[in-house]
Amino acid sequence: MKDRAGAPASELDALPGDLMIWVLIVSELLVFGAGLVAFAAVRATDPEGFALAQQGLDGRLGAINTAVLVTSGWLMALAVRFRASGRRRDARLAIGGAALLGMVFLGVKAIEYAHKIAAGIGTETHAFYTFYYLLTGFHAAHVVAGIAILGLVAWRDSHDNLETGAAFWHMVDLVWVVLFPVIYLL
Amino acid sequence: MKYQSQSVAKAYFVAAMALFAVQVLGGLLAGWIYVAPNTLSEILPFNTVRMLHTNSLVVWLLLGFFGAAYFLIPEESEREIHSPMLAYVQLAILLLGTAGVVVTYIFDLFHGHWLLGKEGREFLEQPLWVKLGIAVAAVIFLYNVTMTVLAGKKTAITNVLLLGLWGLVVLFLFAFYNPDNLGLDKQYWWYVIHLWVEGVWELIMASILAFLMLKLTGVDREIVEKWLYVIVGTALFSGILGTGHHYYWIGGPAYWQWIGSIFSSLEVIPFFAMMSFAFIMVWKGRRDHPNKAALLWSLGCATLAFFGAGVWGFLHTLHGVNYYTHGTQITAAHGHLAFFGAYVSLNLAIFTYAFPILKNRDPYNQVLNMGSFWLMAGGMCFMTFVLTFAGTVQTHMQRVLGEDYMSVQDGLALFYWMRFGAGVAVVIGAFLFIYAILVPKRQEIISSDATVAAE
Repeated sequence: MKDRAGAPASELDALPGDLMIWVLIVSELLVFGAGLVAFAAVRATDPEGFALAQQGLDGRLGAINTAVLVTSGWLMALAVRFRASGRRRDARLAIGGAALLGMVFLGVKAIEYAHKIAAGIGTETHAFYTFYYLLTGFHAAHVVAGIAILGLVAWRDSHDNLETGAAFWHMVDLVWVVLFPVIYLL
Repeated sequence: MKYQSQSVAKAYFVAAMALFAVQVLGGLLAGWIYVAPNTLSEILPFNTVRMLHTNSLVVWLLLGFFGAAYFLIPEESEREIHSPMLAYVQLAILLLGTAGVVVTYIFDLFHGHWLLGKEGREFLEQPLWVKLGIAVAAVIFLYNVTMTVLAGKKTAITNVLLLGLWGLVVLFLFAFYNPDNLGLDKQYWWYVIHLWVEGVWELIMASILAFLMLKLTGVDREIVEKWLYVIVGTALFSGILGTGHHYYWIGGPAYWQWIGSIFSSLEVIPFFAMMSFAFIMVWKGRRDHPNKAALLWSLGCATLAFFGAGVWGFLHTLHGVNYYTHGTQITAAHGHLAFFGAYVSLNLAIFTYAFPILKNRDPYNQVLNMGSFWLMAGGMCFMTFVLTFAGTVQTHMQRVLGEDYMSVQDGLALFYWMRFGAGVAVVIGAFLFIYAILVPKRQEIISSDATVAAE
């Protein structure tokens, strides 16, 4: 694309997928980044309280979910590669696998939340849990949205659409890979 | 004027400017009450003056948006408006409703009546019959513009404008619900006003600005559209959950502090994008459009919106800050520059662009118009600085040191005097603007290349 002044095409046009998904991804990363910075800042005011509250989390479930989501991301990357070589059926199968693992992630998440709620832990229990529910809950909402997007791009399966869906799904993946150590482990 | 039915816009713009005059005079009176608190205290209490000032603002901005839609949709869709007659009916209903509201406010007519009287609310206060009238007018409007767009050419500008206008009308429906609980009352009010000014109005603003940039700079539509979508995306992303920055203070759960702080901080982004957009388009564009005043208002709008809505909004949106500044003059400072920059300037930009075309003349008398820009913008910036200082002092004395409200107010008198002076400048600017728009000179004052036709 050239404008009238004859300037070269924008580098933005070279991004895989739709430009708008990148606007969304950058916005999402800003939100999660700000949330993590706020979490770290509040934790700095009460390190012992946060460490104590963190012991109530089940790191194993978080670790299982990390493996689940990363595998799901790999399947989606595979789907884009299949589609590029014209294997539409394989691509759709891979997307289906990715979406299925997304649902597994949500199932594990639901078990985790159920344990917390059964133990009487809510958003107001401690600042740590305010952030825990906000950040992981907001992330889980993105997994739900991501599964819907995967469904959409499996239906309208142009290569460009698949790249758009994969970009979003990798963002969901990436955010979890950052959230998991910060909230569960550190 | 390419399409005859565009002249509908003239009636809307004139009505809007009349209310603009009422609004700034109301503001001046309210500013005077700050320095002489007993003024009219029996006849026209401060809360009524304030309500007139803010509500007439909202109504004239809406009239301006409606007029702008009737002006630009025919050009974008390349056809006449579906029914100019309906557009005039819509305007008549809105003006009758506005008159009804003002009379009901001031004289408190039909006190306590469910249909004709006041509803006893601080905001969204219109008698029910007026609300119903607004809803009918809104339906007429949506029908009229949507039919026009559907039958004609669809562009990104009309798509975004329609999305904004539909959102505007749908969100107004929350005004019909009047809960007993004051916290809920405020929540539904925010559904209207926050999701308007930090949501769908931004879509309207972006599309009108895009139209102006397209016409004034001659940049390719394709580039304008790409910017438009990015602005719309970031505005909705940040603005909707940004509503959360109000919730904690009206009794919502504490986690809204974080959701509100984080998302509303990002509300700076669409305003920054609009400012960048406007300047980059002017820089890239090659058209030397003779309507310099419209360009000045467009650039001024994008810039002042960024500072007023973006920077001054961010200043006190983080809940750690707002804990101290909530409801102080800091809020007033932000409110004034944000509304003036984003929505007043936007309307004045489209009036300035459209009027010479609607009156079929060259864009004469731009010097006066541009002078009014500097007077209004200067006055408003001065007012914003003064109120920011007043708010800082107020926050410290009242919220940090714990002095009582009224003695702090006494201590702020000097600032209120300066604010009144700034208000005088804005009012003079507003009247200069209206004169410059409505009373044309015989010849052009700035002689630019007059052979370039106005578009």
